Amino acid sequence: MNLKHLQDICATVRRDIITMIGKANSGHPGGSLSLVEILVSLYYEVMNIKPEDPQWEDRDRLVLSKGHGCPALYSVLAHRGYFEKDKLITLRKLGSILQGHPDMKKTPGIDASTGSLGQGLSVAAGMALGAKLKNKNYKIFCIIGDGEMQEGQIWEAMMASIHYKLDNLTIILDHNRLQIDGPNDAVMSLGHITERMKAFGFDVCEVDGHDIEALINTFCRPSSQGKPKFVIANTVKGKGVSFMENQVGWHGKTPNAEEVKKALIELGGEI
Amino acid sequence: MMEKAKSPRIAYGEALLELGEKDEKVVVLDADLAHATQTAMFAEKFKNRFFNVGIAEQNLMGLAAGLALSGFIPFASTFAVFGAGRAFEQIRNTICYPNSLNVKIAVTHAGITVGEDGGSHQAVEDISLMRSLPGMTVIVPCDAVETKKAVFAASKIKGPVYIRIARPVAPVITNEDDCFIPGKANVIRKGRDVTLFAAGLMVAKALEAAEILDGNGISASVINIHTIKPLDVETVLREAGSTGRAITIEEHSIIGGLGSAIAEVLIEKMPVKMKRIGINDLFGQSGTPDELLKHYGLTAEHIVSAVNEML
Repeated sequence: MNLKHLQDICATVRRDIITMIGKANSGHPGGSLSLVEILVSLYYEVMNIKPEDPQWEDRDRLVLSKGHGCPALYSVLAHRGYFEKDKLITLRKLGSILQGHPDMKKTPGIDASTGSLGQGLSVAAGMALGAKLKNKNYKIFCIIGDGEMQEGQIWEAMMASIHYKLDNLTIILDHNRLQIDGPNDAVMSLGHITERMKAFGFDVCEVDGHDIEALINTFCRPSSQGKPKFVIANTVKGKGVSFMENQVGWHGKTPNAEEVKKALIELGGEI
Repeated sequence: MMEKAKSPRIAYGEALLELGEKDEKVVVLDADLAHATQTAMFAEKFKNRFFNVGIAEQNLMGLAAGLALSGFIPFASTFAVFGAGRAFEQIRNTICYPNSLNVKIAVTHAGITVGEDGGSHQAVEDISLMRSLPGMTVIVPCDAVETKKAVFAASKIKGPVYIRIARPVAPVITNEDDCFIPGKANVIRKGRDVTLFAAGLMVAKALEAAEILDGNGISASVINIHTIKPLDVETVLREAGSTGRAITIEEHSIIGGLGSAIAEVLIEKMPVKMKRIGINDLFGQSGTPDELLKHYGLTAEHIVSAVNEML
């Protein structure tokens, strides 16, 4: 692993996110920026994939259940070679392969269509169940949001993943602590999430969601026998752009031309 | 040898069992209703291909989607009201929207013939919901024999299929060797004066009505629309056209179901006199199935008077 290289990729992905959302004049910058290190770690170091063969049966799969973070995923997929990078600026445009929320029909590398919160984890658990039924060793990763945990279906899926002993499933919580209407704790508290998830029966790990080395180590560590892994990745919403960091207002707001410029300079871009 | 009466849901359970032997890609999921939906037969025989997900219908549909994405042919079963109703958005967003995933949503206890459990458990709007989803096939078998054929046919269709199965013991009116092709309606009686389009348990009622009408010198066609979507437009136009009078009969709301589907075709292509018989924008209630059918006007006698009014 070349840490510096991965950090550079993360910076590039962040610049892509700002540029794409700026050009689309719509999208979700905050929850895309919080995901960057998680996705770069997975797609560059952890997941067994063949970008030239997106449907390869033995590949590891990723379900981005918090689908609104897809600008980050699209950028990572483009840089990994799933499709041309010049497609990125077509985000959210009519006829684009890059829909406002992940669409497996249109985008090479998207393993499941998501976007309606609370539904992706069930699909990921179904995939993990399917892998076991086929005696395949591939792994399933599912990224959920902390606000998303308020959906009842998440708890149904978590119960099932423990019941079926899906140790080939890793649930990653992008814990940036903010949702559209405010902090999780003000809207609907998740309580002591680490303790809750331990009590639920997961193999729980807590990690700095922007520490690439720590993320890779956590993702690669085998899970305890028979238990799905639940990784609480503590992240910063809007990470990397000073005026967006930890700001509720940047959940689904588009930066104007001036803000795009300012953000790109902060992210080391050339204007 | 034709059986006289049998519950379509029993036929569903038997069909799954047989299908499970033939195709190891078939997996079955249920939400704590395996003994009611009859998936328990499959569960007993194929323990490792059966998943009881507990009372969690949203997750039921999501897990089925994930299994379909893994190359399996999942049959997801629960009662119609919980499948099409509670998990509607999961069916929309994790089964139909992604890529018309190969999930078979086979629900039992559809319509008012659920009986005593009452209105909360009687889906009378499920066809309407399912029919509106792009790529969804909607099949409503009329009896136990047709139910089995529908299950086998659904397993061959690539994409989502909604199979609406009735709970009570019901007359068997089709034969083992009758042709069943999804999307191709079956003309089971030819008449000159009026065309009765029926689905599900109402096909038997329409046949009964046609017999009574025959005794009164009125000749009625009876068309079994076992597939509501894709609708057999050609047969609908031909049969409605040949009599100039169309009556639809369904154990479902008159809003959005069979009657609406046929009206949509006729109004655009060939307006004829038409009447929809079904649940008139109401919820059901407790009672025996027969009492409820009588209360809501889904009997042969009711069909006969509708025909008489139209003539």
